[in-house]
Amino acid sequence: MATKLKPVDVVTVGVGLTGTILAKELADTGLKVVGIERGRWRDTDPDFAMPGAHDELKYVIHKELMQDLSKETITFRNAMNETALPMRQLGSFLPGEGVGGAAVHWGGLTWRFLPWDFETKSRTLARYGAKQVAEDCTLQDWGVTYDELEPHFNRFEYLYGVSGKAGNLQGKIIPGGNPFEGSRSKEYPNPPLKTAYSSTLFKQAVEKMGYKPFPVPTAANSRAYKNEYGATINACVYCGYCQFFACEMGAKASPQTAVLPVLMKNPNFELRTLCNVVKINLDSEKKRAVSVTYVDSRGREFEQPAELVLLTSYVLNNTRLMLLSGIGKPYDPVANTGTVGRNYAYQTPSSVTLFFEDKNFNSFMGAGGLGVAIDEFNGDNFDHSGLGFIGGGFLQAGSNGARPIEIRPVPQGTPRWGGEWKKAVAKYFNRSFGITIQGACQSYRTNYLDLDPTYRDAYGLPLLRMTFDRHENETKMSVWLTNKAAEIAKTIGPAKMTVTPRTGKYTIVPYQSTHNTGGAVMGADPATSAVNKYLQSWDVPNVFVVGASAFPQNGGYNPTGTVGALTYQALEAIKTRYLKKPGALV
Amino acid sequence: MDRSSGRRRFLKSAAALGAAIPAGAAAQSKPAPAPHADHDKLHAQHMRAAATAARPYMFLSQAEVAFLDAAVSHLIPKDELGPGAKEAGVTYFIDQQLFGGYGTMAKKYTQGPWPEGTPQQGYQSPLTPAEVYRAGIRDTNEYCRKTHGKTFDALSRAQQDEVLKGLDAGKIELEQVRSQFFFNMLLNNTIQGFFADPVYGGNRDKAGWKLVGFPGVAAVYTTFIEKHGVPYRAQPVSIADITQKVAQVDEHGHAIHVMLDDKAGV
Repeated sequence: MATKLKPVDVVTVGVGLTGTILAKELADTGLKVVGIERGRWRDTDPDFAMPGAHDELKYVIHKELMQDLSKETITFRNAMNETALPMRQLGSFLPGEGVGGAAVHWGGLTWRFLPWDFETKSRTLARYGAKQVAEDCTLQDWGVTYDELEPHFNRFEYLYGVSGKAGNLQGKIIPGGNPFEGSRSKEYPNPPLKTAYSSTLFKQAVEKMGYKPFPVPTAANSRAYKNEYGATINACVYCGYCQFFACEMGAKASPQTAVLPVLMKNPNFELRTLCNVVKINLDSEKKRAVSVTYVDSRGREFEQPAELVLLTSYVLNNTRLMLLSGIGKPYDPVANTGTVGRNYAYQTPSSVTLFFEDKNFNSFMGAGGLGVAIDEFNGDNFDHSGLGFIGGGFLQAGSNGARPIEIRPVPQGTPRWGGEWKKAVAKYFNRSFGITIQGACQSYRTNYLDLDPTYRDAYGLPLLRMTFDRHENETKMSVWLTNKAAEIAKTIGPAKMTVTPRTGKYTIVPYQSTHNTGGAVMGADPATSAVNKYLQSWDVPNVFVVGASAFPQNGGYNPTGTVGALTYQALEAIKTRYLKKPGALV
Repeated sequence: MDRSSGRRRFLKSAAALGAAIPAGAAAQSKPAPAPHADHDKLHAQHMRAAATAARPYMFLSQAEVAFLDAAVSHLIPKDELGPGAKEAGVTYFIDQQLFGGYGTMAKKYTQGPWPEGTPQQGYQSPLTPAEVYRAGIRDTNEYCRKTHGKTFDALSRAQQDEVLKGLDAGKIELEQVRSQFFFNMLLNNTIQGFFADPVYGGNRDKAGWKLVGFPGVAAVYTTFIEKHGVPYRAQPVSIADITQKVAQVDEHGHAIHVMLDDKAGV
């Protein structure tokens, strides 16, 4: 029997990137905010301290910072006619666990999606007509435009101290930046990071080919930076332990560096760690959330009443909690009705690896997002007529820190073990680099999330079931983009190269990307979206569902910058409109 | 820093550095004072002593140790480039892993039912990694006995190589586990043991890191990242080197690397 607690104004379910920002700002308005986090408290000191922070086995192989699947996982299948089975160990993607969430072990790349990305459907139909889009593709507009989000992108970039170079400042194209980006009102708060050797070779090659290279925007701060909340983010030292690791320098922006030092001092905020929310309780008409039920680390069950419930967990858990709680109508792919679980999408990463005999790249150095990119082949920046696909991705080369358990490239045809393998690993560890492609992923009627009929979590509740495969659009796009990268690679002139487009069935085994999207998508039409443009549930207006769960399909970028912008947009709507007059904002 | 106390700390830690003897065992060692010994020479002596010391296997039987010593010496052989997996202590690393959380499916989902599933669905075995090894070694030895009349470790190098290739290709059928499932686990763990921080018992004397030119615990590379085409050659630093104060660190705890002055080119 749950112990009923004293009501509060706001509960955030999850205390990661989105939850900390919302909690900070709402606690500042005087509201009582409780952040409920299933994992433990973690901070730069002592949790991410040297030298233990530089332990590849612990962080990359044993996944210290990531979700404990013994308590909760998902089930997975490629198609509806298969039986979904549990993801027993982490692989393809790595949700976080603990305060800060996945924004502790993220890579730091902080992009703005293109203006086109927010209007994928209408702009595709206008330029190419319906024939360009696969029959079962459920692409749609976001119900919000880039221009509406621009000030919110700005705020997030200034909060996290993003290092980069503007390419379109107030409509004016700036040399050295990304000329394809939407117009930005301000320059990045910090200048770009330094340039790695591999990036320089890439830059020279693409300039020769007529493309416009620019530094990848990243939240690995290029200098010590104090944000608007008064939190200080340190300067990156290029140590190379970035993605999958926590930053011992506090230089990769995260909730720990950018928000929590201030948030934790606000007496209006209370953090409850090792507490797992299992349900949002609704009133009898299912129109209003009245409380959340959670179980603490001693197995005690509590009911926390709140006026406003913010689902600020990862994509997968946001969707699962809606399904478990009866918020909105579950998606049914056969009848093509319902919205919760609809339009699950992912990323289509691919790469070309270049091997040299006479060049050493010190591949173990670097930072998350340390790279030079081109955007000629992203979104609709190029003519897709006759190509048989929509979407694209950015191409980049950089140095993100190679560690030899995970990253030890060998040329195609090298045996998997033995003396020849050993020689190749020794030779190429520091004499290779990749051109990587962050390919987009469209949404389809048969790619979706629902509750599994068989497998249960540690609390006896159904696991989330993922049904997902890559479609022809993504395969064609990946082959085409990867060939473009191969042309660049040839211009650079390696001794050998391996071209690896993303083809074939999606597999949950090897790491690909923690860029899961959708499941509680935003839009202008309640028939095809679970939340409105302010990320407010259409069905239960005192619930906001914040995160990449709102992306109707995924763009050719890392999602975090856009997640940050959506968070600030939701926040502004809550502060300026919802709190004054609680109810549906649209 | 007081030199003598620093030296004492170093001596105390030398055994743990080389062979990852559990912390308690290392703390009990009582080294003789060596006030004038050369630091590097002393370090090397202790590394050799540690390498030959009997190490407490916690999971593997002697027969399983013999099997793994033989198997990993094929996966990463000793050659002109340096030590292989066997010399680097990978069998001991695997023992420690199987005894610990990895071997028992810590942080992994272990509830049934357990259909085999598709390759895209990944690990679906009801066995833990520790159980996979136990079953896989037993079955492979059984296969070797039937085919060659001896266990795997007693076969010739050429025969051992054939058996491993048979497992890798799935051509040898094992009774209790799929042969490729067992082989891939062994291969992955061998590579992990060869390249993981020596604190886990493998990568002895940082053999894996020296092979590829990986410096281990990082230094500050803010300046060097812009020295394009200039190889950064440093003596690798492990976690224990720092906790035991064998290696120097800066104010943030990053290693201060000792550079190698070889002229090996790129």
